Amino acid sequence: MTQIQTLNTYRGGPDDRGRFGPYGGRFVAETLMPLILDLERAWDSARVDPAFQAELQGYLSSYVGRPSPITLAQRLTDRLGGARIYFKREDLNHTGAHKVNNCMGQILLARRMGKTRIIAETGAGQHGVATATVCALFGMPCVVYMGATDIERQAPNVFRMKLLGAEVRPVTSGSGTLKDAMNEALRDWVTNVESTYYLIGTAAGPHPYPAMVRDLQKVIGEETRAQIMAAEGRLPDTVVACVGGGSNAIGMFHPFLDDPSVALIGVEAAGEGLDRHHAASMAGGRPGVLHGNRTYLLQDADGQITEAHSISAGLDYPGVGPEHAWLRDTGRVSYVPITDDEAIEAFQMVTQLEGIIPALESSHAVAHAIKIAPGLPADHILVVNMSGRGDKDIAAVAKAIGAKENLS
Amino acid sequence: MSSAPASSAADRLARRFAALKAEGRGGLVTYMMAGDPDHATALSLMQGLPQAGADIIELGMPFSDPMADGPAIQAAAVRALQGGMTLHGTLETVAAFRAGDDETPVILMGYYNPVYLYGVEAFARDAVAAGADGVILVDLPPEEAAEVLPAFRAHGLHLIFLTTPTSDDARLPMILKDASGFVYHVSIAGITGAQAAQEDAVAEMVRHIRAHTELPVAIGFGISTPAQAARFARLADAAVVGSAIVRRVAEGGDALGFVRELADAVRAPAP
Repeated sequence: MTQIQTLNTYRGGPDDRGRFGPYGGRFVAETLMPLILDLERAWDSARVDPAFQAELQGYLSSYVGRPSPITLAQRLTDRLGGARIYFKREDLNHTGAHKVNNCMGQILLARRMGKTRIIAETGAGQHGVATATVCALFGMPCVVYMGATDIERQAPNVFRMKLLGAEVRPVTSGSGTLKDAMNEALRDWVTNVESTYYLIGTAAGPHPYPAMVRDLQKVIGEETRAQIMAAEGRLPDTVVACVGGGSNAIGMFHPFLDDPSVALIGVEAAGEGLDRHHAASMAGGRPGVLHGNRTYLLQDADGQITEAHSISAGLDYPGVGPEHAWLRDTGRVSYVPITDDEAIEAFQMVTQLEGIIPALESSHAVAHAIKIAPGLPADHILVVNMSGRGDKDIAAVAKAIGAKENLS
Repeated sequence: MSSAPASSAADRLARRFAALKAEGRGGLVTYMMAGDPDHATALSLMQGLPQAGADIIELGMPFSDPMADGPAIQAAAVRALQGGMTLHGTLETVAAFRAGDDETPVILMGYYNPVYLYGVEAFARDAVAAGADGVILVDLPPEEAAEVLPAFRAHGLHLIFLTTPTSDDARLPMILKDASGFVYHVSIAGITGAQAAQEDAVAEMVRHIRAHTELPVAIGFGISTPAQAARFARLADAAVVGSAIVRRVAEGGDALGFVRELADAVRAPAP
C-alpha cells in the first residue's frame, strides 16, 4: 500500500513511543527503563498543571530575567548590506545562555518528583553552570560530569560551578568530551536510581528528554514570534540557530515549524572542515543509536562512535537531537555547516560591530547569517538566536587568533 | 515457548542447562571481550574456556561508548578496538571457536548500534552461521525489542532479556513474555564490575522472576570471586563472572587459571 503522507503539522511529535519518525525512542538499559517511564508520567502531569507552570513562569521572570529582548543588529546589517538582522538575546539570561530555561523547568520537576540529588553532563560548561545555579537556588547537591579535555578549555566555567557548590567530576574515558561525560552520567544514574535526577542539558537522550527539553526551550521561539510581530508587524523570513545537541535551535524553531513562510536554518559545527575533523552529525554522519535515542551520529563503518571536533565545546558532540534528525529528513529545516575559522571571524565581527561578545556556539549561527545576509533584500527579516554570551570563550579565541597571526 | 527460536537443532543453551540440572549444580558463565587485547590472544583464551570449566561463554562485542560498563570492561573495549576488532571480527572469532567446539553455548553481549549499522537481518544470519546462540543488547529494552525479534527468531538466535532490581512485578511479565534461552538477571542497580549484591535480595528477586517464566536464570554483575560465583550460581541456574576475568586479561595474568578456580567453586558441594 502506497501512502502519501501530508503533514498537517510539524509540531505533533513525538508519538507515544517517543519517536519523531524513525528517530528518538528509549534505547536504555533495563535498569533505567522504569525511571524513564516515571519521568515521562511526571512530566506529562507537570506540563499541564497550571500550578507548575505558574511556578516556572515566576522563576523565569524573577530569576532568569525573561523575556529576553530582541536586538536589531543595525551596524552588522549596514555592513552586510542585505537582510535586516535581529538577535534573540538568550545571552542576557542569568548564567549567560539559554541553558537555564531548561534547568529551571527540570529542577522544579525533580523537586516535584521528590528527588534529592541532581546529576548533569556538560560540554562547554554552560549547562553545568546553569544546573549548578538552580541547585544552589534550591539547596540540592549537584554532581556535574565534564570531559577532561573540556575542563581544560573551559576553566572559568569549571571554577564557576565549584563556586556554586557543585562537584565537577572529570571524565577521562574516550575523548574526554561531552559524549563521554554523558556516558559517565548514565553510569551514575544507573547506580543511584532512587535518589537521583538526571538533568540532561540538550534535546537528546531517551524519551521524554528530547520533547521535555524542547517544551522548556520553546519559550525562545514563542517570545521571538511575539517580539518580531511587535517590531516589524509580521513574521521573520529566516531564523538561524546553531545545533550541537540542538536545544536552543529546537526551542527557537518549534513555534515557527507550521509557518511555511519562515525559512529555518540549523547550523552545525564543521570544525576544520567536513572532509576533516568536525562535529556535523547530519552533514557527515548517518543514523544510529546512542545515549538512548536513534539519530544521526558520527560513526565509522563498524558502528563505533567517532570523536567530534569543534572549537566550540558546546557543539562538540557526535550526535544531534532526534527531532532535528526528523526535521532534516522531512526538509522542513535546512542544516548547514560552519567551520571553526568562520565562527571565529563572526565572533570578532559581532563583537566589534555590535558590542556583543557571542558564545562560540552562537558564533556559528551568526557566521551563517553573515554568509547569506548580503544576498538577501533589505526588507528580509533574519533572526539569529544569540544562544549564549562568549566571555567563557575569550581564551579559546585568543589562542585561535594568536595561532593564525603567528602563521601569517 | 512460542517465542523460542525456530531452530532447535542448534539449541545448545537448552541442552547445556538441561545438563546442569542433571548434574544438580549451577552453571558458570564467563565473559570476555572479543579481540582483547588482540584477535589471536582472545581466540586462544576463548578456546581454553570450556576445558577450564566455563559452561557458557559470553563474548563481548566491543563498543566505543559502553555506558552500562565499569572501568574494566570499558578498558577492554578500548584495547579491542585499538587492536582492530570489529563486529565482523567478533563473528569470525565465534566461527573459529565453533570449528573446535560445537557444544558450549556462545552468547554475544554488547550494544545496539554496531548491530543496527551491520543490519539486524544480516547480523542475525551471520551470527547464527558463525555459531552464536544468543545475543544480549544492553541498550535495547523490551520496549524497543521488536526491532530485532522477528529477524532473530527467523534465524534461530535467542534475544536474551535482562531483568534488574528495578524490574518490578508490573514490568516482569512484559520483559519475560518474549524471552527465550535464559533470563539474565542484573543483580545490582549499577554498572559491571561494581560491588556484589545482597544475596537475600537476589534470592527474593529470582523468586519473582521464576513466577513469570520457566526459563533458566543467570545472575550477573558484581560477581568477582570463586566463593561469590558458587553462592550466586546456587541462588539461580548460573552465575556470570566478567570484569574479574577481564582484569586478569588486562594484567596479562592467568585468566584461564582463574576460570578454573571459579569452575571448581561452582562444582563444589554446597557447604
